[in-house]
Amino acid sequence: MKFRNSSPPLAYGDFPWVFAGALATTLPHAGHQPLWVTAMAASLFLWAFLRWQKQAAPPVRWLLVALVVAVCGAVLLQYRTLFGRDAGVALLVLFSALKLLELKTRRDAVAAVTLGYFLLLTHYFDAQGIPTAIGLLVAATLLTATLIRIHGGPLLKPLPTLRFAAVLMVQAVPFMLVLYLLFPRISGPLWGLPQDAHAGRSGLSDQMAPGSIANLAMSGEIAFRVRFPGRPPERNRLYWRGPVLDSYDGKNWRALPPMGGAPQLTFRSPALAYESTVEPHGRRWLLALDAPGALPSNFGLSSTLTATIREPLIQRQRFSLSAHLEYAFNVEEDQRVRERNLQLPARTNPQARALAESWRQALPDPAQRIDKALALFANGGFAYTLTPPLLGEQPMDDFLFSTKRGFCEHFASAFVFLMRASGIPARVVTGYQGGELNPVDKFLVVRQSDAHAWAEVWLAEKGWVRVDPTAVVSPERIGEGITAALPEGEPLPAAIQLRSDWLRDVRFRWEAMNNAWNQYVLGYNTERQRDLLSRMGFPDADWRNLAALLAAACATLFILVAAWAVLQRPRRDPVQRLWDIALHRLRRSGVNSAPWETPNHLLNRVEAELPQWAPAFTEVVSAYLDARYGPGPADLNRLRAAVARLPRWRTL
Amino acid sequence: MLNVKMPRLKAADSPFDPILSAASSVILGKEHEIRLALACLLGGGHLLIEDLPGVGKTTLAHTLARLLGLKFSRIQFTSDLLPADITGVSIYDRNQADFRFLPGPIFSQLILADEINRATPKTQSALLEAMEEGQVTVEGETRPLPDPFFVIATQNPSHQIGTFPLPESQLDRFLMRIELGYPARNAERALLAAGSRREAADTLTALIDAAEIPGLQQQVAAVYASDAILDYVYALIQGTRHTGEFRHGLSPRAGLGLLAAARAWAWLAGRDRVLPDDVQAIFPFVARHRLIASHSGALPRAEDIDAFLRSIAIP
Repeated sequence: MKFRNSSPPLAYGDFPWVFAGALATTLPHAGHQPLWVTAMAASLFLWAFLRWQKQAAPPVRWLLVALVVAVCGAVLLQYRTLFGRDAGVALLVLFSALKLLELKTRRDAVAAVTLGYFLLLTHYFDAQGIPTAIGLLVAATLLTATLIRIHGGPLLKPLPTLRFAAVLMVQAVPFMLVLYLLFPRISGPLWGLPQDAHAGRSGLSDQMAPGSIANLAMSGEIAFRVRFPGRPPERNRLYWRGPVLDSYDGKNWRALPPMGGAPQLTFRSPALAYESTVEPHGRRWLLALDAPGALPSNFGLSSTLTATIREPLIQRQRFSLSAHLEYAFNVEEDQRVRERNLQLPARTNPQARALAESWRQALPDPAQRIDKALALFANGGFAYTLTPPLLGEQPMDDFLFSTKRGFCEHFASAFVFLMRASGIPARVVTGYQGGELNPVDKFLVVRQSDAHAWAEVWLAEKGWVRVDPTAVVSPERIGEGITAALPEGEPLPAAIQLRSDWLRDVRFRWEAMNNAWNQYVLGYNTERQRDLLSRMGFPDADWRNLAALLAAACATLFILVAAWAVLQRPRRDPVQRLWDIALHRLRRSGVNSAPWETPNHLLNRVEAELPQWAPAFTEVVSAYLDARYGPGPADLNRLRAAVARLPRWRTL
Repeated sequence: MLNVKMPRLKAADSPFDPILSAASSVILGKEHEIRLALACLLGGGHLLIEDLPGVGKTTLAHTLARLLGLKFSRIQFTSDLLPADITGVSIYDRNQADFRFLPGPIFSQLILADEINRATPKTQSALLEAMEEGQVTVEGETRPLPDPFFVIATQNPSHQIGTFPLPESQLDRFLMRIELGYPARNAERALLAAGSRREAADTLTALIDAAEIPGLQQQVAAVYASDAILDYVYALIQGTRHTGEFRHGLSPRAGLGLLAAARAWAWLAGRDRVLPDDVQAIFPFVARHRLIASHSGALPRAEDIDAFLRSIAIP
């Protein structure tokens, strides 16, 4: 039989392994790719499975070629290209299914497995969390087990084969760690994730329509995580500032282009340092704690005190920030800014205007008007709810005088409306309020459900002062969080509406684990690497030093493993050792021997493939067979002499 | 196939070489199968030939009986064959006023049990017990069978109507199972030219004396099998038990059979020792009928056995 040209046929029992491997690597893509790709791959899988079950031959070549062409054509139609991220993944998935269809020899199986290993990587396009990593580890183990299986490996039942693969995976861990820690990090997303990768993420926007924040509050997704060095401040002081909305058109609040110079801040309390890890939201704001202290140079502070970065946040990022909880902001304010914050659309909400006008005339001191408005909210029969009734053409009038039920955005916008109508510059501030301390890792977790809107009014000699009308209506919202504030039975996402203790505990642990993963594994960037290296005694490592270090570490590991292997090697008997030397020399000259191959079989091949070695090898085989299989003591000298006569290197 | 060219493995002429060539001149193009049949005989086992009618099963049995000088009898198995038709009966002898045993056809040296799967299981087991025990018990009296005693059973592929396929436990009693298959092109041309081979078989004369065979069988049993060979046979048996390719592994009896057949194979090549090549050469014929492929529930395909051999390293 020839081995160089034809690969041995795949044993019947090996097919399910290859199937399982292909399924494990393609199935997770089902949720991300167009439906037709999934359907097509599924039907190809089914076809291949039936073919295996019936022990039928692979489809004829022209049909396979036609299928390949069809697949490429369909992908081209869908994506307008065969390359690039999504098209590439779809193509790989379909080819993986097609390969199963023509599975026949071991080489086909190896190709399918290799494709699987490659497909594994592509899953990181879609998710990089702990479940993905675990899933991929399992899939990689399965693929490795398949490789072991199709090569005859330990030739055991499935469980020992899987165990063998798992042992291999564990043995690879030291190398993985070394590569992970020392491989030069590339800043920016490794796979050039397109800008829109996170476009769908929820978060604040730069305008507020009725219901927009209430919608956000339905999401238990994490917005950012904060770590204070000591105890975090009281909940009711945690106002995380997002966009400030200063224009009202009768329906929506919008942010206007900035006006006026840099904000003037006077801090009245010491700086409070903290570290914030912000989930990607596709916007530029940082959601800093009011009021932000000194910011690093690449951050900006808008005239409305919103901290921003240069580029939209499309990746989870960690920022070191500081805040001063007591502050005075723009005591001297630009005249134009003050006027802008008094603007109201004409001829709307007459009742509310009339009320505000009556306050302006009765109460000369603006502070009194503020108190009056807050008192209205406190005593006017207002209720806090996530499901407020719909408002009509005159939303402020409707809300203030008839429905009286609303969410923070209703209270904030009604308050600002009343203030403006009564002649006090006021604006809506959106952001997040509060957060939940995870007792496991002491991170303060701020979710989308903590999204909030409050008001800011400008008073002479005091500057912009924060007023939160929601705190008056529902003190629990600010003191304890949204879960406590809402009446029982209001819809809230399951993730935050946990009233049972142990479930809460499980969630805290899971989130702490995720956070650790984000912080230490996904967040392991150039800086952290440099940090780690300098702590290990390699300061200022550039990529050249890194590469050298990497090589050195790998070499050390390799030597350790090799030494261990040598020590572990069972003592072989001298006949076997001499024979192994002979096989080794043959291998160097291009004739590989298989473990099942008899010496005579090998000799046949040597005669055919390496005829000039045949005479010398004939003697080796003869001496070896005598020593190993013959009666009487082994004639080692004869074998040694015969092996010594084998050329050491390839002879031409 | 894994087989190595024969000349390479041949160390010296064996006493059976003339028998082999004589038989090959009658049964054309089936030298390998003849050699296997002889190895089976020398290994002290029985042979099962499974194939379509008319491919030369009976001729093969005839030829071997002639060449080896064995007393031959042929039992055509039919559905109404009774155990006594095989073993013999006692009849009352009026002259001696006593029962006299009339030995059945089984009291021969080479039995051709033709189409064994046509008989009922009861009759089949009468033959198989005799094969196993080397003796027959009729009406309370145990009678030894002649030595050598060699059964060649033939079986048509069992999907034909009205057959009783041998159960696995009984298949295990045959040392080897071979298929003859259609002759190769040249052989079939020669066959067409020369006419039926049955008459040719009748003209053969014995090349050895049947009485020598037990001695030869002892020589075969003395062929040296080194520790490495024992390890290899063990690895093969273990392999069949643990791959998952087969429903269950080979029995210890099969392991002994492998070794015996490998010894005979080596002896036929004139060697005094067993080589791994011998084990590989006989393995498919000793092992295949004793195994059931897990995936099909039927006899493993020849390729499966081949792939299995490739998966076991030679120690």
